[in-house]
Amino acid sequence: MSMPAYYTTKDKIWHYTFRVICFAIFFFLLAPILIMIPLSFNAQPFFTFTREMLTLNPDGFSLRWYQDFLESASWRRSIQNSFLIGIAATIISATLGTLAALGLSRSEMPAKGLIMGILISPMIVPLIISAAGMFFFFSSINLAQTYLGVILAHAALGTPFVVITVTATLVGFDHSLTRAAANLGASPTRTFFKITMPLILPGIISGALFAFITSFDEIVVVLFVAGVEQRTIPREMWSGIREDISPTILAVATILVLISVALLTVVELLRRRGERLRGMSPG
Amino acid sequence: MSDSSPDDGFVTFDRVQKSYDGETLVVKDLNLSIGRGEFMTMLGPSGSGKTTCLMMLAGFETATSGEITLGGNPINSVPPHKRGIGMVFQNYALFPHMTVGENLSFPLEVRGMGKSEREQKVKRALDMVQMGNFAGRRPAQLSGGQQQRIALARALVFEPDLVLMDEPLGALDKNLRERMQYEIKHIHESLGVTVVYVTHDQTEALTMSDNVAVFDDGRIQQLAPPAVLYEKPDNAFVAAFIGENNTLRGKVDAIDGSTCSVRLDNGSVVKALRVNVEGTGVQSTLSLRPERVVLGEGAAERPNSFEAEVLELIYLGDHIRVRMNVCGDDEFIVKVPNNADGRDMKVGQKAPVGWSIEDCRALDPS
Repeated sequence: MSMPAYYTTKDKIWHYTFRVICFAIFFFLLAPILIMIPLSFNAQPFFTFTREMLTLNPDGFSLRWYQDFLESASWRRSIQNSFLIGIAATIISATLGTLAALGLSRSEMPAKGLIMGILISPMIVPLIISAAGMFFFFSSINLAQTYLGVILAHAALGTPFVVITVTATLVGFDHSLTRAAANLGASPTRTFFKITMPLILPGIISGALFAFITSFDEIVVVLFVAGVEQRTIPREMWSGIREDISPTILAVATILVLISVALLTVVELLRRRGERLRGMSPG
Repeated sequence: MSDSSPDDGFVTFDRVQKSYDGETLVVKDLNLSIGRGEFMTMLGPSGSGKTTCLMMLAGFETATSGEITLGGNPINSVPPHKRGIGMVFQNYALFPHMTVGENLSFPLEVRGMGKSEREQKVKRALDMVQMGNFAGRRPAQLSGGQQQRIALARALVFEPDLVLMDEPLGALDKNLRERMQYEIKHIHESLGVTVVYVTHDQTEALTMSDNVAVFDDGRIQQLAPPAVLYEKPDNAFVAAFIGENNTLRGKVDAIDGSTCSVRLDNGSVVKALRVNVEGTGVQSTLSLRPERVVLGEGAAERPNSFEAEVLELIYLGDHIRVRMNVCGDDEFIVKVPNNADGRDMKVGQKAPVGWSIEDCRALDPS
């Protein structure tokens, strides 16, 4: 933390101001999230800290909202729905996104920029517009208020992440490896599963995790496309806030934060592994 | 189509052309026949079409027209993975996520070979390149030379009849490159496999090959064994590209059977072997190897003899390169052995030079 000796008074003031600004940014980003965590252990059905909590009296804390979350039939169904829809949409996104990225990385592919733009448009188009469009489209082909409808909608939202991460991985990919595999007698399919896929797997997995998180905390499309049967965790939280205000949603939020942190940690670890593998490839 | 003479035409290119953009031909009308067990080198500067030819043979590029056959069968429409040709890539292309053993085992697995047979063949191939103890390593843990050996072993492990090598020694340092040249040559001799080798390094081509095809501008300029290529170049490009070469330019004065007289730009007349000269009155390039020029004593008795001036002496250990002015050419090089005569040379000294008719080849004007 020591400052260089040549710093003038002005430099010193800026040095501290800079730190204060950084701290303030982190505070505004993290405080709303972190404050939920202790509140979710509140023994009382309030959204504020009670006197017992502030004095760290054990009686002020309880796991009742976690119990409420896990025991309620509607919450349980929302957990099942979120994972079912999230995992199915992720598998579709990962498969389609990887294939698209492989195609787009080939030199003979025409209209690359246009196709890439269309594929990543769900990331750029305002979500409410996508959701409204999907609502009308799915209604007319009887996919509205079905699991398949929500899964397909979320797959469309998740695919851009996979396309982008896999494309980035393929930039460092040595294409003479696929030629070598063909030369050694491997069919294109075998070459993909034995050579290409193991080497781009970190890209596929990190894209898939982003796709999963996208589906997992998505609400706008769910509001439009899903019916009562397909309510996901975010949809249930939304009703929770509107209909009966209970700290259960704080418990849910805390769990979601933990899941997100865990997934992002996995992404980071994979990214590092990917870099190591790429550094290994000769030439 | 026929198997009648597979030994002469194990691999053939028949009027093959290749264009990437549909306008300019990278390979123009290539006709080439490679015998079984032959070590054929495609030599040429970059952009001469040699690598494109190799890629067409491997199946990674398709010929725009013409036919390529392997073992008597046309292979134009056979995909690369069904050609059964081994290949050593320029950057080795070892699979980074597999160990050395797994890399070598891959082509055998693809062919559905049993585990014990695979292990045996992998071991034999690794022993052949003296890398027997490295089966468990990953490519990234090996030096460039070691990776090169593994790439060679992988191209040979499934016992292909034909192995292609695309400048495989380009990334190695000079000493290692020379050692690998001998090793590849010995492996070729002991296995009897047909090798098509692409390089831009003429020393490599001369050291290793049975036959060398010199490429330039999408065509084979000359196809010959190394000694013929060096001693008897067909045209000015080959003469200049292979080895060191003195060139003198002039106009053909008279033709007398297999010899001709060429009047140089400064008026001197040189008698030369008529190789690639259309008739009298045309321009010609004379090609003369530096080591065939006699300097000083004995020079005057040669059919071609001129007075020359020493311009520069370059000491190279075993010999001395003497740059001289001969017949108006300032870049005329003569090699003199490093002995008493050679050491006594001085810049500015005048001395006679001479050479025989058969050592001086009259070629196209270039």
